[in-house]
Amino acid sequence: MPPPQRTFVRSEFSPALPPPLNVAGPFAWVRANLFNSVLSSILTLLSIAFILWITPGLVRWLLIDAVWSAPDGDACRAPGAGACWAYVRAKITFFTYGAYPRDALWRVDLTLVMGAGLAMWLLWPDWPRKGIAAVLFFAIYPVVAFILLHGMGDGSRAVVNAAANAFNSDVLRDVARNSLPIIGTHLWGGIFVSLLVATVGIVVSLPMGVLLALGRQSRAPFIRFFCIVLIEVVRGVPLITVLFMANTMLPLFVPDAWTPDRLMRPLIGVALFASVYMAEVVRGGLQAVPRGQHEGAMALGLSQSKMMRLIVMPQALTIVIPGIVNSFIALFKDTTLVAIVGVFDFLRAIDTQRLDPAWNGPTISTTGYAFAAMFYFVFCFAMSRYSLMMERRLAHGRKR
Amino acid sequence: MTDADLRSRASAHVVAIEMRDVHKWFGRFHVLRGIDLTVNRGERIVVCGPSGSGKSTLIRCINRLETHQRGTIVVDGRELTDDTKRTDEIRRDVGMVFQHFNLFPHLTVLENCTLSPIWTLGKSQKAATETAMHFLERVRIPEQAHKYPLQLSGGQQQRVAIARALCMSPKIMLFDEPTSALDPEMVKEVLDTMVSLAKDGMTMICVTHEMGFAREVADRVAFIDNGEFVEINNPEEFFAHPRHDRTKLFLSQILR
Ligand SMILES: Nc1ncnc2c1ncn2[C@@H]1O[C@H](COP(=O)(O)OP(=O)(O)OP(=O)(O)O)[C@@H](O)[C@H]1O
Ligand SMILES: [Mg+2]
Repeated sequence: MPPPQRTFVRSEFSPALPPPLNVAGPFAWVRANLFNSVLSSILTLLSIAFILWITPGLVRWLLIDAVWSAPDGDACRAPGAGACWAYVRAKITFFTYGAYPRDALWRVDLTLVMGAGLAMWLLWPDWPRKGIAAVLFFAIYPVVAFILLHGMGDGSRAVVNAAANAFNSDVLRDVARNSLPIIGTHLWGGIFVSLLVATVGIVVSLPMGVLLALGRQSRAPFIRFFCIVLIEVVRGVPLITVLFMANTMLPLFVPDAWTPDRLMRPLIGVALFASVYMAEVVRGGLQAVPRGQHEGAMALGLSQSKMMRLIVMPQALTIVIPGIVNSFIALFKDTTLVAIVGVFDFLRAIDTQRLDPAWNGPTISTTGYAFAAMFYFVFCFAMSRYSLMMERRLAHGRKR
Repeated sequence: MTDADLRSRASAHVVAIEMRDVHKWFGRFHVLRGIDLTVNRGERIVVCGPSGSGKSTLIRCINRLETHQRGTIVVDGRELTDDTKRTDEIRRDVGMVFQHFNLFPHLTVLENCTLSPIWTLGKSQKAATETAMHFLERVRIPEQAHKYPLQLSGGQQQRVAIARALCMSPKIMLFDEPTSALDPEMVKEVLDTMVSLAKDGMTMICVTHEMGFAREVADRVAFIDNGEFVEINNPEEFFAHPRHDRTKLFLSQILR
């Protein structure tokens, strides 16, 4: 009799073995990405060498040797001292608000906080009721911001009074009575003016750019001609020239009483300049939408305007998000040019303070500019990340 | 005359599409050369012909995606003119299915179907969704309603396109080679949908080279070459006894 057969049946799966080192894991990643060819290896080594060369000095200057707090410039003038952050701390109010009256800074703060809140509401994809946010941001907020920042003259007091009567609101009546004193734009300055110029440019340029791009394709010859001329003329001229023209020529064309404020003129110039660039970006998007989309929409009986609004424009704008954000980033940095026509923006604020005798020293200018660089970088990098995120979210329609 | 007489008479004479001596030029190129065609309500016409013969142009003239330069086209009693408002109205009554689907990629399948009913017919969201789901069920893809078009197969996309057109409750449906961009295994699902539509009495003009489909549902088959109708006949005659040499040649090429 044969012995009973012993059979062995596993009751569980054997655990999966980890992949060999050269397939996955950091080692494989390094090999696949940094040393996958001779050229790539050389470039990797060069990059590492560059980083090793630049980092220690930078870290020492920015952090280790930096002067973090000091009552005046003495400590920063010591030999071997790094960045003078004490100076930035001492001047931060001026950098942020310029010469805006110190007892009224809350008005700027409130404006900035409201703007940031509304912008978040608009930009954050999952937050509901974008329609309300858009109305608040594009229609209500500019008026409120203007009244807050500039104060109430007779005109705006009348408006607030009318609103108070219309809504029968005591709060608004109070506001009208204890009216905000007017603070002229010659006192405005610093980061808040830079943000103001950039925001106005961004908020105006997107809708204006869309309109100009549509106008450029319009079947009505006059509209088309006007848009083409405007776009090509403004685009063919440097921003500085546009700013100078806005500054010196606007007053020639409009009656004295209407002459825009000295901050308003560059704002108009920047907005115009940004709009024509945006128009060209949007036009690129419009052309990238396939003809079949127009036909599909028309065959369903959608009118020309509904087709544009519901079908073509959403796709066109999605396609050109990188271009739009690129324009915004360029615009944000270009706002520094308004300093040339006498607007006291952030960079100008830094520029005027570095000669302050209390702080003057070899590291002061560099510190100021490093601070400005970081400020601009943070904003631009955030915009770029945001656009990447939106691209990925909106890609669902185009990806399999 | 009795009521029944009147009715039968009315329906016998209701003309869905009437094309009289339609000419069209692209620049100097004479694409359509005197097209005469009368399509009665409920009639199914299949149009075939060699590439570049003007089939797409012909069918696109009917909902004015192309404008004709001579002759008249009357759709459901209304003549096509430069009046864009009337054109939009006519387009709402004339569904069109394209070779490349032309679905809106930024909208879900359901939104594709409800968009025009909501924006042009003024339907409520709820009513439009109900209609859309009804037709998506009819083309047998209700479960895809919340996907985006590019997540579907070609055959599914084309069925969505048909459902989208049906959501407008069109009186006439135009098909421009609806199956020729599809892989062979997907052709049948689209053709089945079209056959069932034809069985329901929809007025249809189909540009297609699916001769099995033509045999099964067409009331008449039209052969177009060089922008002219060479031969129009019922399918039995058309396939069994083509009269013209060009038709014979064409049939021998595509039937093989
Ligand atoms: N927009 C246009 N501009 C100029 N010529 C055109 C245009 N559209 C079509 N044509 C020309 O008109 C002719 C007829 O085109 P049409 O698309 O109607 O042909 P078709 O019969 O549908 O061909 P196919 O079977 O390849 O789809 C072709 O020679 C084509 O080159
Ligand atoms: Mg064709």
